[in-house]
Amino acid sequence: MTATQERPADAVEKEIGRDRRRKEDQRLITGRTRWTDNITLPGMLHLAMVRSPFAHAKIVSIDTSAAKQSTNVVDVLTGADLGESLGVNINAWPITPDQVTPNHSPMPSDRVAFAGEIVAVVVARTAAEARDAAELVDVEYDELPAALDLKRSAADEVLAHPDLGTNKSAYWVFDSGEAGTGGSVEDAIAKARTDGIVLEREYRQQRLIPAFMEPRSTVVDPTGEQITMWSATQIPHILRFALAATTGVPESKIRVIAPDVGGGFGGKLQTTPEEWITWAVARRLGKPAKYTETRSESLMAGHHGRDQWQRLTLAAEKDGTVTGFKVDLLADLGAYVSLVGGGVPVLGAFMFNSIYKFPAYRFAVQTVLTNKTWTDAYRGAGRPEATYAIERMMDELAAEVGVDPLEIREKNWIKHEEFPFTTVAGLEYDSGNYEAATARAKEMLGYDELRAEQRRRRESGDPVQLGIGVSTFTEMCGLAPSRVLGQLDYGAGGWEHASVRMLATGKVEVVTGTSAHGQGHETAFSQIVADRLGVAFEDVEVLHGDTQVAPKGMDTYGSRSLVVGGEAMVRAADKVIEKAKPIAAHLLEASVDDLEFSGGRFSVRGTDQGMAIGEVALATFAAHNLPDGVEASLDSDATFDPVAFNFPHGTHLCAMEVDTETGALKMRKYVCCDDIGNIINPLIVSGQVHGGLVQGIAQALWEEAVYDDSGTLVSGSFVDYLLPTAADTISFEIDHTTSPCTTNTLGTKGVGEAGTIASTPAVVNAVVDAVRHLGINDIQMPCTPERVWRAINGAGAGGSTEGAAMPHFESGGATGNQEQPGTSSTEGAGS
Amino acid sequence: MTRISLTVDGARVSDDVEPRMLLVQYLRERLGKTGTVIGCDTSNCGACTVHLNGTSVKSCNVLAVQADGAEVTTIEGLATDGQLHPVQEAFRECHGLQCGFCTPGMIMQSVDLLNDNPKPTEEEIRLGLEGNLCRCTGYHNIVRAVQHASGQGVTS
Amino acid sequence: MIPAAFDYVAPASVEDALAALAEHGDDAKIIAGGQSLLPVLRMRLNAPEMIIDLGRIESLRGVRDDGDAIVIGAMTPHAVVGSDPLVAEHASLITKAVEHLADAQIRHRGTFGGALAHADPAGDLGAPALVLGAEFVIQGAGGTRRVAADDFFVDLFETAIGEDEILTEVRIPKHTGWGAHYEKFVRVAHQWPIVAVAATVRVDGGAIAEARVGLTNMGSTPLRARGVEEALVGQPATEDAVRAAAARSTEGTNPPSDLNGDADYRRHLATVVTRRAVLAAAGG
Repeated sequence: MTATQERPADAVEKEIGRDRRRKEDQRLITGRTRWTDNITLPGMLHLAMVRSPFAHAKIVSIDTSAAKQSTNVVDVLTGADLGESLGVNINAWPITPDQVTPNHSPMPSDRVAFAGEIVAVVVARTAAEARDAAELVDVEYDELPAALDLKRSAADEVLAHPDLGTNKSAYWVFDSGEAGTGGSVEDAIAKARTDGIVLEREYRQQRLIPAFMEPRSTVVDPTGEQITMWSATQIPHILRFALAATTGVPESKIRVIAPDVGGGFGGKLQTTPEEWITWAVARRLGKPAKYTETRSESLMAGHHGRDQWQRLTLAAEKDGTVTGFKVDLLADLGAYVSLVGGGVPVLGAFMFNSIYKFPAYRFAVQTVLTNKTWTDAYRGAGRPEATYAIERMMDELAAEVGVDPLEIREKNWIKHEEFPFTTVAGLEYDSGNYEAATARAKEMLGYDELRAEQRRRRESGDPVQLGIGVSTFTEMCGLAPSRVLGQLDYGAGGWEHASVRMLATGKVEVVTGTSAHGQGHETAFSQIVADRLGVAFEDVEVLHGDTQVAPKGMDTYGSRSLVVGGEAMVRAADKVIEKAKPIAAHLLEASVDDLEFSGGRFSVRGTDQGMAIGEVALATFAAHNLPDGVEASLDSDATFDPVAFNFPHGTHLCAMEVDTETGALKMRKYVCCDDIGNIINPLIVSGQVHGGLVQGIAQALWEEAVYDDSGTLVSGSFVDYLLPTAADTISFEIDHTTSPCTTNTLGTKGVGEAGTIASTPAVVNAVVDAVRHLGINDIQMPCTPERVWRAINGAGAGGSTEGAAMPHFESGGATGNQEQPGTSSTEGAGS
Repeated sequence: MTRISLTVDGARVSDDVEPRMLLVQYLRERLGKTGTVIGCDTSNCGACTVHLNGTSVKSCNVLAVQADGAEVTTIEGLATDGQLHPVQEAFRECHGLQCGFCTPGMIMQSVDLLNDNPKPTEEEIRLGLEGNLCRCTGYHNIVRAVQHASGQGVTS
Repeated sequence: MIPAAFDYVAPASVEDALAALAEHGDDAKIIAGGQSLLPVLRMRLNAPEMIIDLGRIESLRGVRDDGDAIVIGAMTPHAVVGSDPLVAEHASLITKAVEHLADAQIRHRGTFGGALAHADPAGDLGAPALVLGAEFVIQGAGGTRRVAADDFFVDLFETAIGEDEILTEVRIPKHTGWGAHYEKFVRVAHQWPIVAVAATVRVDGGAIAEARVGLTNMGSTPLRARGVEEALVGQPATEDAVRAAAARSTEGTNPPSDLNGDADYRRHLATVVTRRAVLAAAGG
């Protein structure tokens, strides 16, 4: 038991900035993983859900008698059986005081509001037997008209929840004229109509599905003093709070564990009916219970993302100087107002002005209830939608003025010497350099050469046309200053918590309230703490994802873990040093004022005397010789609440080839230069950027949750919800400029969502750019070959996607299962 | 119930199974080989990829009874004597994984790919992995990892 | 994700398999490679009471030379077919079609006969088998019969194989020296083709002497584009000549409309993809 954490002074290489290989990987590459579905407890029961095949229907009756007789079935329960023990699924962000919010029972007993909603749960000794019995539950439905189309639902043609009297949930406005952060957008538009340019466009943000690779799974063990829930979640702390708040179990009796979690992208930022039902069943039966969804269930009932119509009006002077931007959104909430709910479009409200110096701005969103799967955060959450809108509009403005799209942006963007800059949306951008990132990206792409090739292809009438797309994005991330969240009526704060514990054996345990699900926190946080305390990277152990280990936290989303959670860790580590200082001074028989701390070592100024922090930790553990009145612990906590968001930015350039004969698209090259402030681990950053890019590109080109006329999700399996593969994507070139963030110690900005936010408009701009000379100014996402081909052939931007799937799986003798994707059976479940 | 006997990661095992039990369920639920995971129900995602008699298959698309008499290798049997397989090592070295859920299947398929074609081009790597979905990495570093494992230069 | 319960036999001979089929009738389902059947069972879109596995019948595997034809055993995995030198030499269209069929794992497990018997109109083997004039050898209690490719594909997921019969092998007349190409149009790599075209041509003295062109997913069965074939004969393998012939690829088609494209778009695609396939097959 020796304290050997001190790093030799001559070998001290800063951990921050190193491309450390990840600590997480050893177990992940050898299969020694702890996914929720791996957990097996003695006597554990398995659940199968009976789901509604109808988008909207009254539940007339549920006959569970045959299912109850099925082999090894323990019970079959409905909403009526479980009653109040079910709790409710809450909305944490009522965006207006008068928001219309339907009650959301995890398992309604009277009426279903989307296809896939759970009406009964089968509990059996094995998962197979639970599924067998679920087939036998006989539900009689009385089908109701369903509110499906977003625009028609906004007009209240058919009501998603008849008792509410309207589908309109909330109308939320930000107006720079009213807020005093800018002028009146109506005045700007009126003026531009007489002597400037007014561009009016309507863009569709199609519905997407987060499609994390690990299906959601929940295990509840009610047998101890604390009821333990393991769940594939991004938010163990919020989950614990919500369970306590809605099911009557004291928070102190609840332990939530997020073990290894296989991706989230916002899709696991939710408190789900499945978690609540598993909780209620385990408590009722007093036995451990597990529910793991199938992929089809995940696609059908896990929350979706995006799904907006954007009506945009941009006013500019004739030279392309923007004078005002007006945004009217319709946002589809789906059947219920989810945890973040209408807060998703509100998170975009401050970003439509992006990097530009617009003098007037107005944003309004109407959130709308429909009989579709509920929507919530999906990577970027509000900011991809905003970035898409403004970056598409800036390309349209460039085309209107007749200049290069980069030139129109430069005319309007904030110059690097103008930071800090308060935008028309009222946010203060602390740092950035759009000129530098853009110059680097142009160089990486070979911008001028590709423009020359584009001209050649146009002139020769080449069947393959080339387009170059630009996206100079910024985003606000690091959710979030609690005061701002309070002003926006969010139900919680945005602080983060960390503890640093100095162990007697020389190891350092770092506890974080963030909850990683693939980001590499264990590695990056180890680097931060190793540098701060001057200990070895290998000696730092990062603990998270268990409310008994990490009791305080606000979890992981919104690119917050490093910039909020990392800062909490820095502050906790600094407190450790402050606590160690008097003990070190005492042991060194020196004055505290004469001590300095560097490279993990306290030394007495002007002497060669000193001791490592690990030695102080050991002495503190022994506590044989501490100064009077000093506690025998160096362990420290910190809770950090950011004063501001941070604002990563970057320039993304995409070159796309368009086969004008078929509409097929081929990405030729994609480069980006992002400014995310100081970088902790460039390898991890590269992974975040690559993965983010492909998700954003996938929105542009492939993904869409499509419903048919009866409200059945047609793209209900990976056969029809098209995730790209390695064979569909290319290698990327990425680089960085660095404008350190000024509102946190490490100078870092979030990177988790940047690639996704930036890439979608870059790709669509490239596609439109390739065919603009053919009279095209828009192609609706996803830019399918068919839509591109139709646009080329004069049929416009492309309407809705045909609601039918290819029937590859022959369905002879279908047995009426609730899991099956893409079928629009009108039979009741279990028929 | 049907009696099956097979070799999994070098160990002889024998069990009575229901004919409907999938190989992936047998591996996970009976043998505790939870390194192999289930990511979809249509055989698109490849997360459950294992080697069956030396070639890659999706273990959700094989019945356990069909593996009677076979030799199965999972991600848990890839390292030998505590030494990581070069493809495992390459995935770590090149940051070819994030959440790690697709990783067992991705590694097993990459091993198969390199068995067939020890020096693949980038395009051959990308096509060879078309049966495996990843949502985190954007595939960029997975491709690098396979290049690295093949002993070829890694581009950018 | 868990199939409904079923009984299972894995007979060692075709005769035993036929006996099992006779015994269980409608309640039984044959499993070959299972790569399309198992997803159906997992999603409980079908729930047979008995699964008869052909996987233990060794005689159904392999490729052999039989004079003017090559013979592919029904249970030969795609990966074996795709790397077989006899197939490459005498029916290279099959080699090309198998190369990008599904994905590597499925090619290891899925079988040539199983895929054809499944008769998915978007399957990659139907059109090549059709245009190569394959003969399907089908065994029943009364012996074997041969069915011409033109008569084999009956409808969506329906073939000439009787309920009490088993497809044992497929005979492909040799097309030695013919150029071949299988051109597939997809949005993402792991998709079934939206449209695909199988083309094989014999070029003689710079002109197309014989041509066979088949369409995937342009109707409820694979289709032969006879109009294109006729128009190609005697033409030089040039862009213009082939373009004119390819315009006839929509004749007699009845393509579906779905998430990936409406019927009219598929018809248009067929003309472009046909041109590209034929030109590639002709080496142009």
